[in-house]
Amino acid sequence: MKKSFFPALATLVALVAVAVTIRAPRNTSDYDVVGFTKLPTLVNGRLKPLDTVARTTLLITQGRQRVTTPDGKSLTPGEWLLDVLYRPKVADTYQTFEIVHPDVLALFNLATTDGAGGKRFSANQLAGRLNELERQSKLADGTEAPIRTPFQRGVVQLRDSVILYQRLQNSLNDTTSPDFLDRLARFEKALPTGLAATAPRGGANPHGSDDAKLLLEMSSVFSSLDSFAYLRTIPSDKPDDPTGWKTAGGAWSASLGNGRIAPAALTYAEIGRGWQLHNPEAFNKAVRTFRQSLDTAMPDVMRKCDVEARFNSSQPFYTSATLYVVAFLIAVVSWLRWPNELGKTAFAFVVIAFALSTIGIGARMWLEARPPVTNLYSSALFVGWGAVALCLVLEFFFRNAIGSVAAGLVGFATLLIAHHLSLGGDTMEMMRAVLDSNFWLATHVVTVTIGYSATFLAGFLAIIYVMRGVFTRSLDAATADALTRMVYGIVCFATLFSFVGTVLGGIWADQSWGRFWGWDPKENGALIIVIWNAVILHCRWGGMVKQRGLMALAIFGNTVTAWSWFGVNMLGVGLHSYGFMDSAMWWLIAFVASQVAIIALAGLPMEMWRSFRAKA
Amino acid sequence: MKTILRDLRDFLVSLQLTVALLVFGMLLVFAATLDQTNLGIWGIQQKWFHTFIVWQDVRGVNLPIFPGGYFIGGLLLINLLAAHIERFKFTWRKAGIFLTHVGLILLLIGELLSGLWQEDFHLRLNEGETRNYAEAFRDNELVVTDVTDEKFDDVVAIPEILLARHTPVQHPRLPFRVVAKAHYPNSILQMRKPDGTPTLATTGLGREVVAVPQPITYKTDEANMPSAYVELIAPDASPGIFLVSTGLVAPQRFDYGGRTWKIGLRAKRIYKPYSLTLVKFSHDRYAGTEIPKNFSSRIKLTTPDGRDDREVLVYMNNPLRYAGLTFYQSGFANNDRTTILQVVRNPSWLLPYVACALMTVGLCAQFFIHLVAFVQKRRAKLSAPAVA
Repeated sequence: MKKSFFPALATLVALVAVAVTIRAPRNTSDYDVVGFTKLPTLVNGRLKPLDTVARTTLLITQGRQRVTTPDGKSLTPGEWLLDVLYRPKVADTYQTFEIVHPDVLALFNLATTDGAGGKRFSANQLAGRLNELERQSKLADGTEAPIRTPFQRGVVQLRDSVILYQRLQNSLNDTTSPDFLDRLARFEKALPTGLAATAPRGGANPHGSDDAKLLLEMSSVFSSLDSFAYLRTIPSDKPDDPTGWKTAGGAWSASLGNGRIAPAALTYAEIGRGWQLHNPEAFNKAVRTFRQSLDTAMPDVMRKCDVEARFNSSQPFYTSATLYVVAFLIAVVSWLRWPNELGKTAFAFVVIAFALSTIGIGARMWLEARPPVTNLYSSALFVGWGAVALCLVLEFFFRNAIGSVAAGLVGFATLLIAHHLSLGGDTMEMMRAVLDSNFWLATHVVTVTIGYSATFLAGFLAIIYVMRGVFTRSLDAATADALTRMVYGIVCFATLFSFVGTVLGGIWADQSWGRFWGWDPKENGALIIVIWNAVILHCRWGGMVKQRGLMALAIFGNTVTAWSWFGVNMLGVGLHSYGFMDSAMWWLIAFVASQVAIIALAGLPMEMWRSFRAKA
Repeated sequence: MKTILRDLRDFLVSLQLTVALLVFGMLLVFAATLDQTNLGIWGIQQKWFHTFIVWQDVRGVNLPIFPGGYFIGGLLLINLLAAHIERFKFTWRKAGIFLTHVGLILLLIGELLSGLWQEDFHLRLNEGETRNYAEAFRDNELVVTDVTDEKFDDVVAIPEILLARHTPVQHPRLPFRVVAKAHYPNSILQMRKPDGTPTLATTGLGREVVAVPQPITYKTDEANMPSAYVELIAPDASPGIFLVSTGLVAPQRFDYGGRTWKIGLRAKRIYKPYSLTLVKFSHDRYAGTEIPKNFSSRIKLTTPDGRDDREVLVYMNNPLRYAGLTFYQSGFANNDRTTILQVVRNPSWLLPYVACALMTVGLCAQFFIHLVAFVQKRRAKLSAPAVA
């Protein structure tokens, strides 16, 4: 038989495509926007590059990172951020607020036709009715989050987005005075004389009183900026102490006390002037000089910012989700035609996607200095990662493309879930007090999450069995037998990990709360998974189920796992309420319904299964 | 008769029973978790787990709706023991399964014991304050104290449950009988209107303040405030009917029989042979946010005999274990100047550790036995065609 070059060629193409995505980002204009977005800032307790702020803000307000200007130009998140920070009037014309609920639109007298893509609107379009938005969201605040109506949720979400946007706009600039940066320059000159004039025995300088007046005016502007700003951009004197980072307003205020202006505050004003006056040289010079000073003062922080910005722009999870879909399709086709070539290709694609996810998760771990799972978002990444790892092992042993199909399916599904969870904001959050323990995060959380992965994987393998058996003729006895052994093995693995993980959780609870088991919702969720896996194993050992029964039970494991992963968070009670979410309820219900439907399919009489009928 | 016994034995050792019990257990846990939105974490434990039968109020009628935790757990325990006695023969291949099940038996017993023995208290300390007792969360007691001697208090504590049952209490140390005229598990206190809202009280604060009954709350962030009207009856001139409530901070004084007394309802106390002083409470937040980074209480621990006199730091994930009690950081109040420690006594705390260690070793062993067998079989299968 002629040896086919197709798998090698396809793999090469995929590798080149991946290499393109992880190139360092390049500037699209004369401005060093990339350099600017790598500058560090403190937001929500974490030091991060401005690039992350730009991207997460856009995800929160409009659910995507791309911005299109009214004249059709496309902006990078960094360019958008610069406009928000320094050209607020221009930024107000960009349609970056997503509104989907028709009643919320009605509040603003807007129609879907007024928005980009029928759902994105600009700050200008909202400006006239912000008071009404505030009033409506105050009304909605009175209702507890889990029982808010979609309208109330929409209102509160939009209010939060608008506040976030306004706080961002007032981080380095006063949106109420268009000549703020000029006034800052005047302030800088007036500071020594103005301070002297206000000092006791001052007043010898004839300009002193004017300067003092300016200082007084600016002082109130600064303090309101300080209280409203979203970004803390002015570095701490001690690089390892994040509490020292100030807002620009705070830094300018401090200069009134000691007469010295923080260099970083001056630099951000210069950068702003460069951006406002369309002067790339001045902009680039300010960014460059500032960067050099930061490199000497806090090399570690800057290294992390560089890596994080690169990580953001390469979007490894997006690429890997795409590869999983391609691998899934190729592997499915391989069951029908060219099993050898396509099987190999699909396997190679899964390996590449898996490697990319591994790099992505590794980068996140290094940036956060944490174990892989710290919140719901990272649990989605890790559940997918763990399941795909198991698939690779299965595929290595069985080489029948089933592992690749399952990997493509689970890998893509979990990354899709992760994408939706990322819309809530920065996914690298600081850990709340009780969770702030790397040891337990590394042991209990990781083991339980692998337990989730395995239970899901068993369920998805069972779905493959049912689908192939009912709808195709490809489920021959050997394949059916192989699938059965796979499901059984994975269920054993799932039992082991979910049990050990749950136990470790109990020990953590005993260490921190003085009781091993407290019937907290999240604990109960984990327990239910353990019990269900035990049920499957005992049914199998007792001969109560054969192949199809085993598959049906394993599919039900999907709903059990989905419940304890997401469902318990929707109750809004308990000590583990770190991942509260409200809107995903319907998705959970839909998922459960779909699984029940597949179980019903599995219950069809044998003569209705195409694979088994063909044999008969 | 013999066949019935044999049927019973077959039923008790059957794997079908195991599966059925596991499924019931799962449904129980699931339903109890959902019910937490109504009853809170403590309420569901009483209703679903620490009981043989789950009762549910269906339109005013209390109906048994499900077997409770004790029923399912107990039967599972019997099933496990019976099955092992009846048909389990030890082989090395099944060593893992055996260990796992022994561990499970221990785990079930441990959960039963902690359900019976575990007690929760809390300890509120202001900065600089010293206490040698902790207070129960839900259990209260009526305390009648003879304070005639300034140096010495003679305390009689009557559990709230006796008030709820209106049981008359005659204590040898008290010259009067104590009878609850009314008891409200949750209430609010209101000033009595000048025109005179009717009240049961005939003496003390109850003449100015009345207790209004409220529905019981199960929310974790709300506490019930029980009140009672308590009559003290003596053969001669009875002291009268008092209003007592956990909402009344100080106990009420009265004179009877030439002695001075105090009466009040307060949280049940557990006294300890040592005292704790809050030196400092710290509440760290992440820079520029309200996200809590850590809570910690620096506490001075002293025993009267002077054997222990040291400072300890209780913080998240690091409780103090001392003399059979565990103190862990549970909350704070009063602008970060008051710490709230949860105090747990659970004599069977070690059992789950042993049980889980056994089960983990058992499951790992079994998993690897299977895995090795699978890989060997696979290798044999792969090499077979090559030979042929």
